Amino acid sequence: MKALILVGGFGTRLRPLTLTLPKPLVEFANRPMILHQIEALVKVGVTDVVLAVNYRPEIMANFMKKYEEEYNIRIHFSVENEPLDTAGPLALAKDILGKDDTPFFVLNSDVICDFPFEELASFHKGHGGEGTIFVTRVDEPSKYGVVVNKPESTVIERFVEKPQIFVSNKINAGIYIFNPSVLDRIQPVPTSMEKVIFPALAAESQLHAMELPGFWMDVGQPRDFLTGTGLYLTSLSRKNPSSLASGSNFTGHNLVHPTAKIGENCKIGPNVVIGPGVVIGDGVRLSRTVVLEGSTIKSHAWVQSTIVGWHSTVGQWARLEGTTVLGDDVHIKDEVYVNGGCVLPHKSVSNNITEPSIIM
Amino acid sequence: MRSGKPDLSVSTNLQRTMGHLKGVILVGGPSVGTRFRPLSMDIPKPLFPIAGVPMVHHHVTALAKLKDMKEIIILGFFEQGVLDRFLLEVQIEFSHINIRYLREYQALGTGGGLYHFRDEILKGNPDHVFVLNADIASSFPLESMLAFHRQRKAVSTLLGIRIDRAQVHKYGCVVANPDTQEVLHFVEKPETFISDLISCGIYLFNKEIFNVMKEAIAKRQAKAIEAGEEEESSRGSNSEKVALEQDVLSLLTADKKLYAYVCHPARDFWMQIKTGSSAIPANKLYLQWFIKNAPRRLSMAPRASVDVVDSPIDENAAEVIQPAYIHPTAIIHPSAKLGPNVSIGPRVVIGRGVRIRDSIILDNVEIKNDSCVLNAVIGWDSKIGSWSRVEGAPGESSHHNATVKGQKIPSAAILGKNVTVADEIAIRNCIVLPHKELKSSQHNEIVM
Repeated sequence: MKALILVGGFGTRLRPLTLTLPKPLVEFANRPMILHQIEALVKVGVTDVVLAVNYRPEIMANFMKKYEEEYNIRIHFSVENEPLDTAGPLALAKDILGKDDTPFFVLNSDVICDFPFEELASFHKGHGGEGTIFVTRVDEPSKYGVVVNKPESTVIERFVEKPQIFVSNKINAGIYIFNPSVLDRIQPVPTSMEKVIFPALAAESQLHAMELPGFWMDVGQPRDFLTGTGLYLTSLSRKNPSSLASGSNFTGHNLVHPTAKIGENCKIGPNVVIGPGVVIGDGVRLSRTVVLEGSTIKSHAWVQSTIVGWHSTVGQWARLEGTTVLGDDVHIKDEVYVNGGCVLPHKSVSNNITEPSIIM
Repeated sequence: MRSGKPDLSVSTNLQRTMGHLKGVILVGGPSVGTRFRPLSMDIPKPLFPIAGVPMVHHHVTALAKLKDMKEIIILGFFEQGVLDRFLLEVQIEFSHINIRYLREYQALGTGGGLYHFRDEILKGNPDHVFVLNADIASSFPLESMLAFHRQRKAVSTLLGIRIDRAQVHKYGCVVANPDTQEVLHFVEKPETFISDLISCGIYLFNKEIFNVMKEAIAKRQAKAIEAGEEEESSRGSNSEKVALEQDVLSLLTADKKLYAYVCHPARDFWMQIKTGSSAIPANKLYLQWFIKNAPRRLSMAPRASVDVVDSPIDENAAEVIQPAYIHPTAIIHPSAKLGPNVSIGPRVVIGRGVRIRDSIILDNVEIKNDSCVLNAVIGWDSKIGSWSRVEGAPGESSHHNATVKGQKIPSAAILGKNVTVADEIAIRNCIVLPHKELKSSQHNEIVM
């Protein structure tokens, strides 16, 4: 089987992390984001993965090589000379996606869920239409484009962008499966999947919706990245509880890399991920926080709703909160308070940041 | 024109080789010092502890150190009982000096009280009288000031200090002859820049001062009559009302009877203690000054607790960055880190991994594990939860004027008596009135 992952551009929404690594390589739950998707695709027998990117992909290409071997798959880079929006990249990868009659998957690289591709594929085969999209229910549909089904049917009737009156609470989850025939509808020019291709398919009753079982999150920005981490850890607690951290230091669901070191009298959790080689001092309090590889949280620090970038340090009695994001090699001095700080790589912070702001 | 009763025998005067001294500390009363709230809600402001002792204890110590000091009079309009315990304590500590309290029954202004009690002050015929305002923190260079005063054969000398030009408009401004230090001009809180030399609220007077005061009172009354306020001025109770700064000093200046002794820029310090938050820099200045001038008033951390009594003290005592004052009855966990510029009161309990810097922790406060207290005053009996943070803005009271929607934003963290701070919350730049329970983080608020 085949799949295309829409990687897109520079991942500016996840800066300052994406100033250091391309977004798909930023670790989500201690694993590069894109590997969560590729592993799930490999599990259902996908052998060709197209990564649709619109920037120079050298770093990613080098990184992906070893996974081609490990998973015994082919990873193709489809580089757009100009951004082709969400549908155009399919036309560009037509040779691969259309090389046989089997359907192919398309997914957004920002999406985290249980990736139930098996269920999607069999549902798709079952109804015989040209495409199926995963939909997920949200609390506030007015912020999204919603999907309206035909009565008592999985066939999509129409899409409503940011509905002011409630019509549905199901939104596009950014994961699809298509028959190769869909490729005939798309040209290699900037084209929106959501605004052009989907309405066309729906008009011919060729597009079905399947409700995505389990959790879903678009983790393309820091706040959602942290929320998604919590959802992922909850899911992990059901599927593989032994992979989560345990002990008197911990509360709730937390993931700790085996090479990380944790001091005494800490209280860690819920929803904390601690990366490889991380050092946590004594009396540290962490909650709803991701600490990336090689960072140090010194004793008595208090960190909540924060992403600590690679090789950074958080000083003693520092307090970080309010969706603070530290880039690579950032150093927060002892006793400093940071509320909603977005700190670019290689900075040292010695004064309080009391209101959300960007430290260049 | 002497106002005091001529009750001194000439022989006493002739016997002494060097004249004796008296000190007067003007402490005000309960209705003044409102800017010191909420800390003055549970203790008279002059008794608020700074660097381990009541605010005016520093004044008493400075006066008592002078060789010829015979009597210290504390003058104010607090009820008698309020100061009794303090008076007893300082009387025991400085047993060679007579220390007593004189109560004004009306607020007579900073000069009026002095004038009213002129007989008491002049009893024993002191050569010089020091007059100190209570709401200041200073190195009190009284001895140098006295030597200067005697050398100049002055009638009156004020202590002056040079400060930043931008701040002078808040104080009494002094222009002095650079050669003789004679004061040429004195003006209270000038709108325009006049001089960077200000009056510290510390004076040295000869008894002649009371004649000048009498003159100042007469002038004030004449002015009042002229302004058509005869009725009020004719009331006996207000007739003695006079302000030391505005009325008396300007008169002394006009008569060329006032000198300025200027604080040494490196050795001396001085600041006003008006707002509650100014207690923090005052505490810092005293503690810093103790390093050189009174190192025995600083403290090491006490031994941690009963379960480590077998171990040597240094290994089990908390890290203390000097200067710090820690009351011997405080219990400090060995993993805590205190200082610099920290005062810890009696019966305080400091938990595991706690950090305290630039703060005053009052009696019986409990601070739980891994919390952090910076630039703060923690009121009596307060409780700070685990992993909490209580923090004020660093720096001095000069940043006080920031406002939001017409309300002043506190730049300090001051918790009144018996305030409870929940685990893991941050209280930043907040003034919290007594007996509050804080369950969520607060920033830039006055919590009623």
